Amino acid sequence: MVDDTRSIPHASLLEVRGLTKIFGQLKACDHIDLTIAKGEIHALLGENGAGKSTLVKMLFGSLEPASGEIRWKGEPVRIGNPADARRLGIGMVFQHFSLFEALTAAENIALALDRDTPIGDIAERARRVSAAYGLPLDPGALVGDLSVGERQRIEIIRCLLQEPELIILDEPTSVLTPQEADKLFETLERLRAEGKAILYISHRLEEVKRMCDKATVLRHGKVVGHCDPRGETASSLARMMVGSEVQKLVREAPAGGASREAVLEIRGLSRHPAGPFSMPLRDISLTVRAGEVIGVAGVAGNGQGEFFEAVSGEALQETAGMVRIRGKDVGRLGISARRQLGAAFVPEERLGHGAVPAMVLSSNLLLSRYRTDAKAFLSAFGIVRSDIVINASRRVVETMDVRKSAENPEAAALSGGNLQKFIIGRELDRQPALMIVNQPTWGVDAGAAARIRQALIDLARAGSAVLVISQDLDELFEISDAIAVMHNGTMSPPLPLAEATYEKVGLLMGGAEPERAGPSDVAGAA
Amino acid sequence: MRIELIKRPQRSFVFSLLSPFIALALTMIAGAIMFSLLGKNPLTALYYYFIDPLRAVWQLHELAIKAAPLIFIGVGLAVSFRSNNWNIGAEGQFIAGAIAGSILPVLYPELEFWWVLPLMLVMGFAGGAAYGAIPAILKTRFNTNEILTSLMLVYVAQLFLDWIVRGPWRDPKGYNFPQTISFGDAATMPELMPMAGRANWGFALAILVAVVLWFVMERTLKGFEVKVLGQSPRAGRFAGFSSRRMVFFAFLLSGGLAGLAGINEVSGAIGRLQPVISPGYGFTAIIVAFLGRLNPVGVIFAALLLALTYLGGEAAQTSLQLSDKVVRAFQGILLFFVLACDTLILYRIRLVRTRGAAREVSDGHA
Repeated sequence: MVDDTRSIPHASLLEVRGLTKIFGQLKACDHIDLTIAKGEIHALLGENGAGKSTLVKMLFGSLEPASGEIRWKGEPVRIGNPADARRLGIGMVFQHFSLFEALTAAENIALALDRDTPIGDIAERARRVSAAYGLPLDPGALVGDLSVGERQRIEIIRCLLQEPELIILDEPTSVLTPQEADKLFETLERLRAEGKAILYISHRLEEVKRMCDKATVLRHGKVVGHCDPRGETASSLARMMVGSEVQKLVREAPAGGASREAVLEIRGLSRHPAGPFSMPLRDISLTVRAGEVIGVAGVAGNGQGEFFEAVSGEALQETAGMVRIRGKDVGRLGISARRQLGAAFVPEERLGHGAVPAMVLSSNLLLSRYRTDAKAFLSAFGIVRSDIVINASRRVVETMDVRKSAENPEAAALSGGNLQKFIIGRELDRQPALMIVNQPTWGVDAGAAARIRQALIDLARAGSAVLVISQDLDELFEISDAIAVMHNGTMSPPLPLAEATYEKVGLLMGGAEPERAGPSDVAGAA
Repeated sequence: MRIELIKRPQRSFVFSLLSPFIALALTMIAGAIMFSLLGKNPLTALYYYFIDPLRAVWQLHELAIKAAPLIFIGVGLAVSFRSNNWNIGAEGQFIAGAIAGSILPVLYPELEFWWVLPLMLVMGFAGGAAYGAIPAILKTRFNTNEILTSLMLVYVAQLFLDWIVRGPWRDPKGYNFPQTISFGDAATMPELMPMAGRANWGFALAILVAVVLWFVMERTLKGFEVKVLGQSPRAGRFAGFSSRRMVFFAFLLSGGLAGLAGINEVSGAIGRLQPVISPGYGFTAIIVAFLGRLNPVGVIFAALLLALTYLGGEAAQTSLQLSDKVVRAFQGILLFFVLACDTLILYRIRLVRTRGAAREVSDGHA
């Protein structure tokens, strides 16, 4: 399948000239030029909203360009839909997997292939591809039982079975442990050696520097530069992406040690799985003291969502003592009562959990604060004092530098980063004694992420307790005073930052016992 | 060839407002076609249907009488639908309210005090709410589908009413007609302007209820809670609202208002209980709620329009010798176009030519 690609070495495989896409007033992509050669790993860099997804969707036929030209092996082509793209030899692995949890890996692969291929053949071909590229996978396994890394492998194998010459990977490592990511890199290098081209979308500058031969940087829908990432530093790449120097985080160690007030105490927190695909919680204990940031690392789907629900009070505990906030047992109290004790919560999902998409920002401010700020926001008979709520919302917008198109737009109209700044700002505006955040910068651009992280550190230094659940290890190492790891519904004792290394945390994320990760780790146990 | 609905990036504000009027115009066209197929001159038929019933003052009073129950039920359903609870059984709750409210005038006709009528209204509300609580309990306890349970309970209520007016509550001096005794003066809803027509204070009460509920929905925390839980249950839980309690709120309110409509109807327009007390108000109110854009004030206008289809149907029976089933057909056509217009505001249609390969299965990605 690689014969023809060998015959014309170094010729450009995909050439894009002046590609433009306009949504209403916004030029999502503005005269994009891009050339990808065979046997090349090409990085596509850019902040959220820079136009990466729009560009990729045009290449994969999900969006039609307004103008411009796509050349495939020198020939101009029109890619009308994903089936056209696949016929040409373009494959794509999406950031958000589209797999059916109740089907097996092979059945999921079969759904994307020709209807009349027997399932046995598909399983056999999948097995062969998985062996050839170092992607271990059991085709008969139910997807619901697989880890995120394994699910990604299904997507990759599904893509490879269509024998593409260009593979587009959208933020592939955002859900992987460092060890899993290393395995992925080996696979990608093998593909490169075969002459396949890879378009690699990421905002992790370190891995782009390590793997990619070329990079194209987008900002506000325009190409701001083509470069060789190996010749750049992470900060020079970031500068190209953001257009200015990314703000450095300022952080000092908290003073006072163990004498500080324990604001959040979790003792033996267990929870039965809420559904067939959710994780139970197993005997979790953790203390978060005033003035410190505790990070919770872990691969997605190891119980972080369930843990957040339990601690926030969206799900109640069996006994009141399992969760204590500022010395009060709250296990049987709901989220509003926990908020009134000074706690604030930011869930992972912004639209539909942290905010109602079709409601305006001021209504979304009221969403989490109608009880804690009842005196200010409500008058008799529960009548909402909308002028005061709108003022508070304006204050949050200004403090957090939320960029928006209208005075009081619907939440869904904001970009991910700006909405996240608003949701975090909405809680910070209350000056909470305890802040619990799940994935604070997931899908958020570098500028907004830096701002959010600094805000969390500042909150802790002002004397609040902060608990951050994140899959982004760089982030946790940047802001935490200690890092605990969730695996399979359990939580390791927190490792003080001085003792934590990527390797130790990575091993814990993969399920190694804390004892084997290093003897000193147990010292942090509560 | 297959038809796909594709979500529009944003909905048009202008068309959201115009949608009910477009639906109405399309209904007129479809109605004209229907009348010509029935062998009637469509223009004459539409005239008898929509203009003739509005020519005299007493006819406007009849319109108010028909509109009042539709407003009561329609605003309750609008709130219930906004909270994503699908109460389809208002017809049954209407009957339950009528029966509960009739306890006083049927069993204690000797009571002649000013408080009899207010108490009947309260009991009517309570009866409808209690009947609405059944699907709410089934939904929260056993996770049953409230559309099915509330709909099936309509037939239970209808048969119970039929039994009670033929059996225990039958008027002993009523020549064996299946009906209760006529309500006394203290149990009768007074007329607004007795000299001009039959319309009673129930219509004014219905308008008042609609305006109050509009205020609750737009300005208060309760209305906010209804909208949040209706649009995004998970965000509602994050806010600390309880979906379970909202199910009860929606069913008790919409059931109670349907019950209020029921007792208002029997204490005003009818004056006694009989086997059939509603020409399908509980079902027509579903159309009213949607045509009024699930907005309590919009419901008032939609109710007046649907009330007109009832009057027009009666007029068409006498002047054109058309079956009264035409009313149902008309209302059905209207609901169809209302929902179709709303769908096309949110989605656009794309025709996809099917090719041999099944490759498109995976297009779901995009």
